[in-house]
Parts: sequence; structure tokens; C-alpha cells
Amino acid sequence: MTDRDRIVIVGAGHNGLVCAATLARAGREVVVLEAAAQVGGAAATREFTKGFRVSGCSHLSYLLDASIASDLKLASHGLKWARSGLRTVALALAGDHLVINGGKLESGTLSEGDRTGLAAYHARMLRFARVVAKQHNRRPPRLGGGGRSNLMGAAMLGLDIRLLGRDDMREFLRIAGINIYDVLEEIFESPLLKGALALDAVLGANLGPRSNNSVLSLLHRLSGQAAGGAGPAIPEGGMGAISEAMAAAARAAGATIRISSPVKRILLDGDRVAGVELEGGEKIAAGTVVSNADPARTLLGLLGARNLETGFVHRIRHFRSKGMAAKLHVALDALPAFARLPSELAGERLVIAPDMVYLEHAFDAAKYGHCSPDPALEISIPSVHDRTLAPSGKHVLSAVVLYAPFDERASSDAARRELQERALGVLERHAPGLRRQIVASELLLPADLEREYRITGGHWHHGELALDQFMMLRPVPGAAQYAMPVGGLFLCGAGCHPGGGVMGCAGRNAANAVLATERAA
Amino acid sequence: MSIKDEMGRKEHFRKAVWETPFHPRIAALNTLNEWHRWKDYTTADAFFDEQLEYAAIRNACAVFDLTPMTKHLITGPDALAFLNRLVTRDVAKIKLGKVGYTIWCDDNGQVIDDGTIFHLREGVYRLCSQERQLDWLTRNAFGFDVTIDEETHDVAGLALQGPTSCAVLKAIGCAGVQNLKPFEIGFYPFSGTELTVSRTGFTGDLGYELWIDPTHALELWDALFDKGKIHGIRPMGTHALEVARIEAGFLAAQVDFHPADQAIMTDRSRSPFELDLGRLVDFGKPCFNGRRALLEEKKKGSRYRFVKLDVEGNKPARSAYIYDKDKNVVGTVTSAEWSPSAKRNIAYASLHMPWGRPGDELWAEIYYQRELKWYKVMARCHVVETPFWDPPRKRTTPAADF
Repeated sequence: MTDRDRIVIVGAGHNGLVCAATLARAGREVVVLEAAAQVGGAAATREFTKGFRVSGCSHLSYLLDASIASDLKLASHGLKWARSGLRTVALALAGDHLVINGGKLESGTLSEGDRTGLAAYHARMLRFARVVAKQHNRRPPRLGGGGRSNLMGAAMLGLDIRLLGRDDMREFLRIAGINIYDVLEEIFESPLLKGALALDAVLGANLGPRSNNSVLSLLHRLSGQAAGGAGPAIPEGGMGAISEAMAAAARAAGATIRISSPVKRILLDGDRVAGVELEGGEKIAAGTVVSNADPARTLLGLLGARNLETGFVHRIRHFRSKGMAAKLHVALDALPAFARLPSELAGERLVIAPDMVYLEHAFDAAKYGHCSPDPALEISIPSVHDRTLAPSGKHVLSAVVLYAPFDERASSDAARRELQERALGVLERHAPGLRRQIVASELLLPADLEREYRITGGHWHHGELALDQFMMLRPVPGAAQYAMPVGGLFLCGAGCHPGGGVMGCAGRNAANAVLATERAA
Repeated sequence: MSIKDEMGRKEHFRKAVWETPFHPRIAALNTLNEWHRWKDYTTADAFFDEQLEYAAIRNACAVFDLTPMTKHLITGPDALAFLNRLVTRDVAKIKLGKVGYTIWCDDNGQVIDDGTIFHLREGVYRLCSQERQLDWLTRNAFGFDVTIDEETHDVAGLALQGPTSCAVLKAIGCAGVQNLKPFEIGFYPFSGTELTVSRTGFTGDLGYELWIDPTHALELWDALFDKGKIHGIRPMGTHALEVARIEAGFLAAQVDFHPADQAIMTDRSRSPFELDLGRLVDFGKPCFNGRRALLEEKKKGSRYRFVKLDVEGNKPARSAYIYDKDKNVVGTVTSAEWSPSAKRNIAYASLHMPWGRPGDELWAEIYYQRELKWYKVMARCHVVETPFWDPPRKRTTPAADF
């Protein structure tokens, strides 16, 4: 093999690993270069205080593609599920919690209308999410020409929507671009139910319930379940275990993975990539470079704006990628007791979003650059299901905290302390006595996530999932088919179709794009 | 009124239409009192007789106020790299003290504007353009260590064009100016300041462009008209210049092509190849705006061809449709004039491919009026491959006095 045949993958996030495994299985020489001392990127397990480990960024698996898991034999490479099909518990201060399993209310008080509405809503949203799910493993069509395969791609998308049937199609087209607030107001009465359902639509996004695109964001989240997944799941050993299994699959297929090897820049020979240079100065020649880093870091950082055309640079600079969610990690010396919640439910997915106005107010502060005074939380206590994460008898709590804008005003040490206090305060309100159980805690703001996981803006999807940054527009028009304008350079991360969530599809689609480009050459 | 306030901030928005620093003299000489707006400046269409003004360009010399032309000073360590990504040609080949004509494109390889790059000093460039470009230049500057100063109002400019122009410059004290080669820049002391002279112009004749601090603008004007009287110097307006421009083979944005950044319909803009400017595209550079699209166009072929036409008869073919021999419309005329110097009826046209090959049978549909009655002629057109006006004195160095 020559240097031209070598493929370098920048970043061993889960998409980079899937891409590496796919290309290595196709017989390519693959070298993965990871800056951190472990693989996984934002799907990693982190020991934040001695003896307590937690999924550092993404903390529940919603979206892992089943065909990728089976193709890469992740189970035989060590991936075990501690628990799947988590229920959602909408916590109420008064103690009348709602326990929701898919479209079914398992306990709590709802009107008859809300109960039947919930079942119908859940079923319909899953049908809609299936349209999104069907696109996961397809290369998005190219807008404005580009031959028959692109026309076919666009036609397939149209067909998927048409196949919903007349009523569903009309409803899909009516709500796909609008906001979750209006949709839920049409159906439900219970503020607590609406708050919990709305949280699913805004989690991690730069959206409040009244923001358009929140329905699309929800459909993306549900698409894993729509494709046959069991709903939110917890891998044994934290989210890092998924990445470790993927890395093992890639190595087994022949890929080389080098950790602690940060790439400094992408090297060019004329208008084609020629390899990469590491921070230490080492140069690795390659005819193809696939970047798992986010679009801005890859194109404006590693490659450099001057090597790209101006209009393209302008679009990449304005790819919206400011994170909105913080991560709270708490080490506890005992299982916390949530008011009137049976302890066997403490390991479910607990949400604190008492109503949609609470969420909208939380978002209002963030819109203007400040952390929410009363944050909303998505809480998981994975140690209930996985005893490897905390010392015996002790527990670890992980929560997504909404909202924490990626903004200078909200990124200081004082802002971090303040949001941590507020989030712990909200927890304490719902689980009196929790504060006394705390062994250690940390809060990661989007600016911290940016630093820790090298994601521009600290956005866990690498960029907003909104209609204007979706499918053939992701990350930007003209670059939505994984190949970048510079010859031999590809993107394979969440900044590409089908976006964020630990899914693996972007990685595999990118690998297929690399192979298709080879064939066409 | 200065365009900057005491803090140095631009105050251009405070006035709808500006006057150039030469305005007091121009207003006094504009006996026809005919004006139009060129960008944000009032500009003379003609002073006394546009045909005599044109005659001065070709037979003596004429002065044109080009201060309103958009000018940007580009400096900083990355100035050259910045320009090379911006424009299609290799700016490294524009040596110190030289001027280069160029075009720039968007990502789709469609022409945004044309203009000239002056390599004034080591690493210091001036970009002159027809259209306002600050937004596009600022957008281009991301990732480069470069400073862009909009200096349209800060540099007064005059074109001095015609066979006696060199003699006039010598007379006002530009010693050795006759040795400037075409596209060369010289600096001369003048009235306590520095006068920058470039052997450039928009007329295709022997001629120069003069650049000076606006506070010395009137002194320069007075010196030219004082020493130039014996050399037949005249002021000229845009009408006279327009005839000379077309004879010389120069394009005008908004007339011969629609700037790509202003085009809404995708077929309204043109690539460099579609404007017969392929010579300005250097694919040896690994990255410039439009490179990929232009490589693709090279492979697939262009949509349009830009041609010079010699039209039979004497009626200018302004805005005429062009037909093939089977009376199919194959394009339109973009500029047309009767050329007094070439004694030919000349035109530029944008034609659909493949028309416009030398020898193609083409017809222009020309309408004209006599005492309010309209007439139509179908005039045979011949594709011409050289400029209509290209005298040796344009190139001869040292320049003669005439």
C-alpha cells in the first residue's frame, strides 16, 4: 500500500470509530488519531471523583443504530446493557408523579382525555419519527442537480412522507416545522405531562417549547425508538462502553487507533489532502482524511479558511453550534429519596419540568446569555442498574441541566458555581436531604464541554438540529454528502446527516461515501 | 464636507449624494449642466459636447474625474495570500510598482466584479472596482491577517487620456514619466505632496491615471489645465468615455455582465470564460473563489460566449437581439456604439453556446426612430477577435509627445 491509500480518521468519537471499523472491514488501511487519552469523544465514561464514574456528556443511549451494533458485533466486543426501555418519571413537587412508559401511563393522575391522548400522540409521533429514521442510513440527496441518484434520494424522502397515508401526511407536514408547545396544547390538559413531553423536544437544543423546530428535534430523539429500539438505555460501564466496543470492533478489523495524538492540522498537496500533522510535529501521509471533529473545528481550524472558498467558509462560520445544556454529576453516599417516589423507580429517567411555561421561562434567560434561574433537569442514576460505577452502597447521579447558553456572560467560574447551586437546589426541592448525601459534584457548562470534548460551542449534536441544518442542508448546503470541497477530505461526525445522538450512522454513511468516491475515481 | 468625523468615523450616510474634491472646477466647466449619480457621487455626463470630448481623447487629451471609483487599500502580512484567494489570477505576478487587471468570482465561478490591483509598495495593494466591495472583502478576510481600508473618498483620482497626456504630465513636473511602461506606477513630488501616476486607463489609448491626496486635488486640476492648454486638454464626461471604452474592448459591470452577488436568477450571471476573460483564470493556484466550479465548467463547457461584433450599416445595435440564419434568437447586445475612430459600427454581445464562432452568420435586429417614426433593420454581424481600437502609442515606451 502507498501513502495515498492510507485513510486517517481525526477523532475517535463513536462516529469516527464506526467509520474506521467500516473502512477497515472493507480492507482499507485506517489510522484513527484521538487527542484524548481515551476513545469515545462525547460518548465516554468519566471518573469525576475517586471511585465514581459517570457518562461525561451523553448519558442515555436512545439512538444507537441496531444494524451497526449487529454488523460490528458490539455485543461480542463487550457491550452489555445494564438496563433498556427506561420509563420516564415526571416529578411533581406535591408527589403526584407521572410514570410514563412509551404511550402508557403506569401511575399518576391524568384525565381520561389525557390518557387516550397520550397513547395516540405517542403512536403518531413514532410513525412520524420513522420517516426520520428511514433517512438515517441514506446519503442525503444533493440540492440542485447532481444526477439520478440524487433525484432518487429526494423521491424516496417524498415517498416516505406520502406512505404515511393522507391524514398522517397532512399532520406531518403541518407540525414538522412548528413548535412543541402548540402541538401539546392542542392535545393535553395536564401541565406536568406537557412539561415532561416538551422537555424531550428541547433537550440539548437552542430551543424553548415555543420555538419552531422543536417538533423536529423531538422526532430526531424518537427516531431510534421508531426504528425498533427499546427507548432510553444504559450500557454497563457508562456510555464509554459503547465506544470501547466500537474501538474493539475497529481494531479487530485491522484499524490502528492512537490515543493522546492530537491533530494540529490537515496537510494539503495542491487542492487535495496529503495527510495530517500532529501537535508533536509528526506527519502522517494519507490520501483520505475523515474528520470526526465538528465542521468548524475541521474546516476553519485544522484545514484553515484560506484553503476554502469564501462563500463556503461563510456558511460554515454560521453553522449554528452554540450549546445550551450543562451536565451535572453528583457522587452520593446513598440512593437519594425523591418525595413520594418508590425507591425502585429511582433508576428510571427522572425529569423535572413541571410545566411548559417553566421551561419557556428557563429558556428566556438563556436567550439573553444567562443560565436559567430555575433550571429543568433530565436525571439518571445509572448506579441503580450498574454497580461498577460507584463504590458499594453509594450512587452516582447524572443530570442534563437546561439551560446554560454558550456565552461569555454564562461561562465564568461564578456562573458555573451559581448554576450548580441552582441545579442542586432544584434537586433538593424534589429529594429533600439529597444535599447531605453529596460526596462530590461537578457541573460542566457548554464552555467546559467544548474544552473537554473539543466540540466547538459545546453543542452535543455538533450543531443545532433544525430544518435549515437538516439532511441535505447539514452541515451546510453543498457539503451534505460527507465529502468536503477539498479533495480527499470527509466529515463523519454529528455535524453531518443524520446528526447527533450516539447513533453511528454518520460514521458509517461517511465510510460509504469514501468508498463510493474511490469507485468513482 | 469631510466624509469622516473628528473621531475618524465614516459619515457617508449623512449626505445622499457627495461631490468629489474636483467638483468646484467640474461644475464651472459643465456648461451643459448634465449630471448623473455614479455610486454616491454626482458625475458629469458631458461638459460641452460629447463628440468633441471624445475627439479630445483620441487627438489631444481629456480629463475624467474617477474619484467615485471604489478603492480599497489592502495591507498586512497576508495581503498577497488574501488577494490570491479573492481573485482568479495569480497576484504574485503583479510585481512591485505594477498594476494588474483582474476579476473575482463567487464560489460558483460567477463574476462578482472586475477591477485593477495596484501593487503600490512592498505588501501594500490598492484594489479598484466598479461596484462597492467592502462586504465581500470583509467576508473574504476571515482567516487572514489583513487590513482593508475603504479609501474611495480619501484618494482623489483623475484619468488623463490621449496622445498628448504624457506631454502634459511632463509639463506639470513629472520628470521621466515618459519612461513608465503600460501598467507601471510612478511617484512624483507635486506641490508638497506625492502624486501617484499609473499608465492605465479605460480608453485603450496612451493615457495615465493620477492619484492624489484630496486636499491637493484642485491644485492638480489647475496645473493640468494650465500646462495642458497648449496640448489641447479638455474635460470629458461619461458619455465620451463610454465610446472609448467599447472601442478599447473593456467591460462594464451592470452593462456587459450582471454582478453575481446581485443576480437573483442563476442564468443572469456569467463566468470568466463566458465573458471571454479566461486568460485571467490561473488554475495553478490551489485555492481561489470559484476554482472548483470553473474547473467543472472547463470540463462540461460554458453556457455563453462573449463576442465583439462588427455590425453592418451605421445604426448602433443598442440592446438588439441577435439571430442566427434561421431567425432563432441566440443572444443579445450588451454595449453598442458607432466608433468614430475605427469607422465601424461596433457592439458586444452575449450569445448562447455554440454561437459566436468566427464566421457564424449572425444578425442584429436594430430599431431606430426618425421624427417619432420607428424603423427596423436587420444588420449582418461579424465576430471580431481583436479590439476595435489598438494604436501602437498605447504601448510605445518611452511615450511620445505628439
